[in-house]
Amino acid sequence: MRASEIARLLHADILTFSEQADAIEVATACGSDMMSDVIAFVKERVALLTGLTNPQVIRTAELLDIKVIIFVRGKKPSAELVAMAQEQGIVLMTTRDTMFTACGKLYCAGIKGDTLAMPASAAERS
Amino acid sequence: MKFSYMIPRLDFTAAGKASTDTKRRLTQIGLPIAFIKRVTIAMYEAEMNVAIHGGGGEASVEVGTDRITAIFSDQGPGIPDIDLAMQEGYSTASEEIRNMGFGAGMGLPNMKRNADELRIDTEVGKGTVVTMVFHIEKGAS
Repeated sequence: MRASEIARLLHADILTFSEQADAIEVATACGSDMMSDVIAFVKERVALLTGLTNPQVIRTAELLDIKVIIFVRGKKPSAELVAMAQEQGIVLMTTRDTMFTACGKLYCAGIKGDTLAMPASAAERS
Repeated sequence: MKFSYMIPRLDFTAAGKASTDTKRRLTQIGLPIAFIKRVTIAMYEAEMNVAIHGGGGEASVEVGTDRITAIFSDQGPGIPDIDLAMQEGYSTASEEIRNMGFGAGMGLPNMKRNADELRIDTEVGKGTVVTMVFHIEKGAS
């Protein structure tokens, strides 16, 4: 699903890269306010839904190559955070929906959650 | 190539900069994306631990031909029970830290999962040194 379609479904305001939102495709989504949980579970082409608006959200997204962040419960990021996202090419949007409602709408629209399978440990990789 | 960073205590604006800067450097070198992700995610967890639990400290990263070694050291309180700290979901982070999105108890498990070698030298009251080694994957992209 495209980021622009997510914004439409959630009646979200796009805060950065609104003109690129049509080109960014999302395969799955992760809803969490705990960044280490996001790190443990996230894979490719993920949209992150969160109620957190501190710089660590952008840092986490940067490390995981997350290109779409949706702030739920009407949370608005600071100008500093918006600037960080702009630097990283991350689409930010904010919706008045709660986490539950936002995730529910996206799930019903066809975005499925990732399985809870943990990434392979070092032993399993080798 | 070797570089190092200071990690300030409880500075949530600065915390994570060592990891994101390393990501940029490794990307410039042209290492595989999945490998870079693995290295910098593990570094990020270690960096946050130093900032949150260790009272600040430093990070050094050495890029060799076949491996990357990242060392995080602090003079913080140390880890009294490593086995407990390694358990997923176990955290001693304060409510304030949890409200900032940390303290899920996934930091050390995430490091172990992403590093090829993880060594923790810690002494209560003295501090902690976390050494992580990542083997550079040949031919991967």
